[in-house]
Amino acid sequence: MSVTRINLTVNGSKEVVDVPSNWTLLQMLREKMALTGTKNGCAAGECGACTVMLNGEPVNSCMVLAVECDGAEVVTVEGLVQDGQMDVLQQTIIDAGGVQCGFCTPGMLISARALLDRNPNPSADEVRAALVGNLCRCTGYIRIVEAVQTAAQASQ
Amino acid sequence: MKPIQFDYYAPTSVDEGLDKLTELGYDGKVLAGGQSLIAAMNFRMARPAALVDLNRIPELAYIKPTDDGGLAIGTMTRVRRVEQDAEVAKRFPLLREVAQFIGHAQVRTRGTFGGAIAHADPAGQLPAISMAMNANLLVCSKTGERWVNATDFIFGPFMTVLEPQEMLAEVVLPPNPPRTGSVYKQVSRQKGGYAQAAVIAIMTLDEAGACQNVRLVMMSVGETPIVSEKAVEILVGQKPSEQAFKAVAEAVVTGEIDPATDLHATADYRRQLVRVLVVRALTEACERASKGG
Repeated sequence: MSVTRINLTVNGSKEVVDVPSNWTLLQMLREKMALTGTKNGCAAGECGACTVMLNGEPVNSCMVLAVECDGAEVVTVEGLVQDGQMDVLQQTIIDAGGVQCGFCTPGMLISARALLDRNPNPSADEVRAALVGNLCRCTGYIRIVEAVQTAAQASQ
Repeated sequence: MKPIQFDYYAPTSVDEGLDKLTELGYDGKVLAGGQSLIAAMNFRMARPAALVDLNRIPELAYIKPTDDGGLAIGTMTRVRRVEQDAEVAKRFPLLREVAQFIGHAQVRTRGTFGGAIAHADPAGQLPAISMAMNANLLVCSKTGERWVNATDFIFGPFMTVLEPQEMLAEVVLPPNPPRTGSVYKQVSRQKGGYAQAAVIAIMTLDEAGACQNVRLVMMSVGETPIVSEKAVEILVGQKPSEQAFKAVAEAVVTGEIDPATDLHATADYRRQLVRVLVVRALTEACERASKGG
């Protein structure tokens, strides 16, 4: 078995980690760094529960090996909180009732953050297109889409 | 489940990567974007002894316009970059149209253009597109390189002519002639979902408005993407008409596709989808061609 030492930035903090080659980024985040906000859902890129930001773009962390992330910058749902302040998206999704069981929420938030970073004022269709890779079995999506649009307006 | 243990190599140049692939032989497997491979490894359907990760080779990621009006795309170019590239949108609007159907945003961030073709998933958009666009693929090994046409590259589900010591390095898309229209039509249960059936049509009209050339490719309805010969037989040299398009659809459905029944759709439903999508795709490709493409 090969173990590789990697350097990466996770939620702004520099980390040096020894990871076995067969560990996914998801496994490293949850089991090595105790960042359990990111969820393990389907392990096949269907559900989006494991979505994190890798170098500023959303990826399914179950389909990226940890060793591939040497030198990378990773942001998880825990990293959306800045100086104790929640991201505006976190507040609006709570206010809108866009959280029920909460399993999809971390991935939803990262996909939504990635969208707003590149498109600060998305239409409902654009929000839906950006979140199509994040499955939610509780809310019916409508309140989540509203929350993203409310966050966009609040940030204008 | 987790992937089985394997050795991991991250070469930083093509030469180093080819050395490693040669050394490993059948034990080695190329890791590109990993958006199919790592999922398969998570379920232990794929159990490679060693991975050769191409993500550290910047020289494999590029989009270069070719002098003849086509494009050369490096194998490690992310789908997201292809989707957003201005030159791609200008030269091949079809590619941007198709990109939106490839997985989800997360998958397009990571997935690569060449990796998807080399994976040869019969329900994958890029293998079918490479065949429809008559792409030429540059295959490299330590002992040299060879060019393979996309239609000769894929010969079965997840099966290509790539040898274990070879890598797909570049995809060259030849330019479209003037008055060419192209279109992609897919039906799936939700956007970003698995294609129950999809059809690509690329049609070129001559100055008189007759069909000069047509490439019609069906996907997710056979073991590989299927390039229609009947479409060429029926349409080339003729004035396009709804009647002719319907004749093509019927010939395709009865003679060229071989859909399977699985949890996504029954074979009969897929035949019906193709019957409808072929007519829609040809009609729209023809309209676009008559407007200049």
